[in-house]
Amino acid sequence: MSAAWIALVLAAAGLAFGLRLSRRIQEWVLPAALAVALVALWDLACRFTGSVIFPTPHQTWLASLELIESQRLWGDIVASLFRVTWGFFLAAGVGIPLGLVIGWSTRTFRAMNPIIQGLRPISPIAWIPISILWFGIGDGAGIFLIFLSSFFPITVGTTAAVRNIPLVYQRSALNFGVRGLALFRCVVLPAALPQIITSLRIALGVAWLVIVAAEMVGMDSGLGYLINDARNAGSRYDLVVATMIMIGLIGIVLDFLIRRLERFDEVRWGYVQR
Amino acid sequence: MSSNPDKVVFNGVSKSFGKKGEDLLVLEDINLNIAEGELVCLLGPSGCGKSTLLNIAGGFEAPTTGSVRVDGEPVLRPDPRRVFVFQEYGIFPWASVWDNIVLGIRHLSRERQHEIAQETIDLVGLSGFERSYPMELSGGMKQRVEVARALAVSPDVLYMDEPFGALDSLTRLTMRSELIRIWQDRHPTILFVTHDVDEAIQLAERVVVFSARPGRIEEIIDVDLPHPRDLGAPEYGQVKNRLYERLGVSHRI
Repeated sequence: MSAAWIALVLAAAGLAFGLRLSRRIQEWVLPAALAVALVALWDLACRFTGSVIFPTPHQTWLASLELIESQRLWGDIVASLFRVTWGFFLAAGVGIPLGLVIGWSTRTFRAMNPIIQGLRPISPIAWIPISILWFGIGDGAGIFLIFLSSFFPITVGTTAAVRNIPLVYQRSALNFGVRGLALFRCVVLPAALPQIITSLRIALGVAWLVIVAAEMVGMDSGLGYLINDARNAGSRYDLVVATMIMIGLIGIVLDFLIRRLERFDEVRWGYVQR
Repeated sequence: MSSNPDKVVFNGVSKSFGKKGEDLLVLEDINLNIAEGELVCLLGPSGCGKSTLLNIAGGFEAPTTGSVRVDGEPVLRPDPRRVFVFQEYGIFPWASVWDNIVLGIRHLSRERQHEIAQETIDLVGLSGFERSYPMELSGGMKQRVEVARALAVSPDVLYMDEPFGALDSLTRLTMRSELIRIWQDRHPTILFVTHDVDEAIQLAERVVVFSARPGRIEEIIDVDLPHPRDLGAPEYGQVKNRLYERLGVSHRI
């Protein structure tokens, strides 16, 4: 890319910002224009500094193609997703029921909340040595770390969701004779569900952050390991950046998938402004 | 005054809340008999404890002293025979209009549920919205769902805590005449809390006027006007003057 070409791209991006476009088109055109402008600036910075080690956008693009063609990338993506999926679902399976109980029973809340609040600030990364000690290098340690990093947001979020249920819902349930398990099924769970889904979304985001770090330190496969490997095996920073972009794209897809949960009629009420 | 037997009887009810070490008395020695099928409004300024009295009658709060009896039995907890219509929307936003309305009749057979739900939906004018969710409805329609859910269990008593307070003034007028229509149709006993003088006169057979905190019964005024009530009639104006007088506010601004 020549400097003139880049100036043209930047001008086009600026123009797109000024144009009168419908909301829907703006939501696509504006971020795309900004992304193109940022890539142009990246390219400009590489030329300006004359760096030989930091990859240009073009080199990164070629590295991405190299990754896609090699069989290795898919294996690493599957390895990362496998650990995240298992760790996340285990955390949801334990964290949601536990959060419901802690949120509902004041006595349980008093007993468990201080301990949960004490464990929660410990970064999952700090658990890496112990997870390797217990599970060795491999999927077990990764799943355990993802479990830890998802468990706290899910449990704390579910607890808060139950404790925030407006009194008026409990009262109308009691007035109509809904109690015991039916109260849980008909009122507590549905009333808390929108906030539970939000906590799942946060947890999945954290899980995707943590798995990369964990794979860089204590695993021998996955996208995090791929980054480390590319750097160690001949300073292939083009592969490093290409993998980073891949991680970002998969993160967007994961968030998009979990946001589908917010669309159901039973929870949609929780996300509109009231 | 109705000649029916007593339905709800308040006997020396007081309520105080502990606040910063000292007791705050909100209700003082309330004695009141409500006859079966009567529509009574509890009228008073904000904070006079009228909502608290209704919560005590509904079994959601316990009185500090005294007792409330319904059909001669002391009220200890909420009961599906006496339904509370809430000030804020107590209907469930996660359930459709239909599912909200069958909440109180879920133990009945499917056919019976269907019959009752359809009947109450028609009664409150929600036909065609059975599958809608509360967030898709206007404020007035949400309040209709709340009323329909209460009526579905065929309660003897309805406790209504400023149920139309959040509605615009035109919808409020419509809802009042609808309430009168339903009351004349089914004749439940209704205790209706409001701070709106006009609302009280338009609805009630008797208006119980409360003093400001601590809430005491200032006076009980009969509204001896047949429904539908003519809001321009001189008798209406007389009752209104009397209520304003009792509330200690001027009606000339």
